[in-house]
Amino acid sequence: MSANAQDHAEDHDDHGHHHKETFVTKYIFSQDHKMISKQYLITGLFMGIIGIAMSLLFRMQLAWPDKTFTIYEIFLGKWGADGVMDPSVYLALVTIHGTIMVFFVLTAGLSGTFSNLLIPLQIGARDMASGFLNMISYWLFFLSSVFMVLSLFVEAGPASAGWTIYPPLSALPQAIPGSGAGMTLWLVSMAIFIASSLLGALNYIVTVINLRTKGMSMTRLPLTIWAFFVTAIIGVVSFPVLLSAALMLIMDRSFGTSFFLSDIYIAGEVLHNQGGSPVLFEHLFWFLGHPEVYIVILPAMGLVSEIMATNSRKPIFGYRAMVASILAIAFLSTIVWGHHMFISGMNPFLGSVFTFTTLLIAIPSAVKSFNWITTLWKGNLQMNTGMLFSIGFVSTFITGGLTGIILGDSALDINVHDTYFVVAHFHLVMGVSALYGLFAGVYHWFPKMFEGRMLNKNLGFVHFWVTVIGAYGVFFPMHFIGMAGLPRRYYTNTNFPYFDDLADINVIITIFAIITAAGQLVFLYNFISSMFYGKKGPKNPWDSNTLEWTAEVKHIHGNWDGPIPEVHRWSYDYSKLNKDETDYVIEGQDYIPQHVPLQDNEEEMNH
Amino acid sequence: MTAFLVVLVIILFGVALMQLNKIFLMSKSKADETAQIASDKDNSINGYLMLGFAFFTYFLLIYCFWEWGNVLLPEAASEHGAGIDTLMYVSMALIFVVGFFTLWLLGWFAFKYRGKKGNRALFFADNDKLEFIWTIIPVIVLAGLIIYGLFTWTDIMNVDTEDDPMVVELYAYQFDWRARYSGPDNTLGEANVRLIEGVNQLGVDASDPNSQDDVVVNELHLPLGRKVLFKMRSQDVLHSAYMPHFRAQMNCVPGMITQFAFTPSITTTDMRFNDDVVGKVGRINKIRRDKSVELLAKGEEALEPYEFDYVLLCNKICGTNHYNMQMKIIVESQEDYDAWIAAQPTFAEVIKK
Repeated sequence: MSANAQDHAEDHDDHGHHHKETFVTKYIFSQDHKMISKQYLITGLFMGIIGIAMSLLFRMQLAWPDKTFTIYEIFLGKWGADGVMDPSVYLALVTIHGTIMVFFVLTAGLSGTFSNLLIPLQIGARDMASGFLNMISYWLFFLSSVFMVLSLFVEAGPASAGWTIYPPLSALPQAIPGSGAGMTLWLVSMAIFIASSLLGALNYIVTVINLRTKGMSMTRLPLTIWAFFVTAIIGVVSFPVLLSAALMLIMDRSFGTSFFLSDIYIAGEVLHNQGGSPVLFEHLFWFLGHPEVYIVILPAMGLVSEIMATNSRKPIFGYRAMVASILAIAFLSTIVWGHHMFISGMNPFLGSVFTFTTLLIAIPSAVKSFNWITTLWKGNLQMNTGMLFSIGFVSTFITGGLTGIILGDSALDINVHDTYFVVAHFHLVMGVSALYGLFAGVYHWFPKMFEGRMLNKNLGFVHFWVTVIGAYGVFFPMHFIGMAGLPRRYYTNTNFPYFDDLADINVIITIFAIITAAGQLVFLYNFISSMFYGKKGPKNPWDSNTLEWTAEVKHIHGNWDGPIPEVHRWSYDYSKLNKDETDYVIEGQDYIPQHVPLQDNEEEMNH
Repeated sequence: MTAFLVVLVIILFGVALMQLNKIFLMSKSKADETAQIASDKDNSINGYLMLGFAFFTYFLLIYCFWEWGNVLLPEAASEHGAGIDTLMYVSMALIFVVGFFTLWLLGWFAFKYRGKKGNRALFFADNDKLEFIWTIIPVIVLAGLIIYGLFTWTDIMNVDTEDDPMVVELYAYQFDWRARYSGPDNTLGEANVRLIEGVNQLGVDASDPNSQDDVVVNELHLPLGRKVLFKMRSQDVLHSAYMPHFRAQMNCVPGMITQFAFTPSITTTDMRFNDDVVGKVGRINKIRRDKSVELLAKGEEALEPYEFDYVLLCNKICGTNHYNMQMKIIVESQEDYDAWIAAQPTFAEVIKK
């Protein structure tokens, strides 16, 4: 396959001719990685709007459980009759919110967008190894999004067993209405999603291994590529396990098998199922589920490392340690899944093992955080919006990551498991952080996506500051209601007078959530208007070293009009001085792009 | 209060929109190619804001503790709970120190090194010593924390039969709980969902001699100072028996029996006189009184005043009424407990009727 692509690439070098493209091949069934990346981004943003809107609805219910809102009736129809939210639709909202945000926004929207955009451009390739598979991957993702959205309109309601879809609740329509057709569509959608994700991931891996330009050794790769590469590997290792879990669940639901069901008496009758174990499902689910959070966060880490180095005008501190910690996190991520199951009924000894491996992850995470902070030290920080979101990322990654030390400790997990403490923790460390990574990436690479057009910076600043203040306003107080013992996924807390004094906190959280969501409208406006009317900036607006800024501003198939640039150095030669330390290596220019050969007056580094 | 906040949000949102429009118009006037790239002025403003942001996180943390420190759970009402709480304090202290320190560096560096034309960044790509230090320190600290945590965990989860714990079954179904006491023989009779019939709601095997003295109730009474070994069962879907005041939780899984053991150390009556609880209940009742006034004005029933009780909640999503699946727990002296259990009919008596 790679040989074909190479031939194809040479073909370009020789003739530089371009195929005639129709509207359909250019904008819809495009095999060009840049267009596919935009398709991923826009689909992801669309799903994100649905996901965030859902969170607002259930946050309103939590803050004002005894009030009626016409808005429920508008959006939820029969489940919001007379402005009162139905308890089952509350569970459906939290379920679909989780599913959409984790898989459709933060997996496909983040990794799909930036892996597609940056892998070929930053390693110096004309396109992905297989443009056709890449196209299939996007359209499968689109199809799975369609199924997920369609499931919202099912008679008995969409899946509502939580995004973790633990059976038996998810297997038995008698247990909850959403486990009927809604759950079937959920499973179908996820099965297609997994196929899409695997096709994408295999393509990324092959491309990074085979299509690097001359001189681009693995140790010269920008950290973005390292992150996407390793993310793709984790995806290939863990997503098939979720598929197997989903298939077994489908069989339990439709064909009378008993993989996850045993000894059940429901709706007045005993089910025939015997010998299955719901704990088995939990193992299978979290064998993907935990790596999944790293599938979400690693690309964000890669984007942040790159943007932070560029805007600090400094090399990323400890490049090798950064790569090593990505690999360490990836490895550890596959052996910690049991920390979601300390109190699932599995053997307590297993709990001890998983506590051990889980807390080990703190080490590479700490190394990364310290290295980012050191990258800022003595820099010349250019506060572009991408940079602001990168700093915001480090902030939420630290605050959210630290509470992981509590949750990863099996003894402490007993009392905070499944409370709002967990909700606060994972929203900060993977939800908000990964979203900041996504925003940072969009602000930074928007000119690359939209032929030189730039996002408005002042709107960007407003968006950033509203978002960071608002997100902390939402998730900081949430730790406290969790430590007060409040379980998650409760439709209302009014049945427990003991929780009455938490009502005020819930109101404050919801108000912050509304403000933060309103702040995202600024981004949407900026995004859409800049897409068409944004001002064109210089070819390399952030004075960056990586190869994508040497590619043509106008999107052409094959990325570079002439030959692919050859790489002579790593991508972090920012502010490097010449041998006499009188000036930068290139006079008056504080960066040396990767394709610039080693200069006479420059000391050679290890890269 | 709420109405005021809503109005405030709407007003602030309006102001924000106006400001946005203004900013947008201002930003449009420049025709320069570099207009959308941060200028020295942007660097400076955002640098100051970053420093402010560090202070904001500290402020938020202090405010949360100041304002809501009193909503947290009172002291643990079980013997092992004290161990969990100590571990929690140690971990929290560590988190605060690390968080304070790192967030300060982040905010301070962002402010101190905000970009300016002509400034030169330091080319600083590697330092093995530094990296070694901040790899090894987390390793040591975490090793300590892991060992401490594992000892605590093992103590809690490994039930020593020499303690002669009282065996009680917690039985979960959509959407309520039952407790089954094992009676004088301290052995639960066999049970299976296939035996559920009529009054035998838990599917207890009536032919098992061990089941005859079992007692099924819907209120959990526990004697003070006696170790209780809970055997959890579920009839339909996953549930989780969460007893926050005892720092105890375990999932109830259909098809298997899970377990958790603890020793209650504070009676319900004593807990009602705990300072934290008195304060919390006082505030809750004030909220309820205020709300009752509103309700009465609307012609609805007033809320009953609240009295503290331990509670068992379901903490694993289990269906539409998940939010209201609870059982009262009462911890009392051995004499009170004995008197109470003696008054309950045994399983044999119940099915004979």
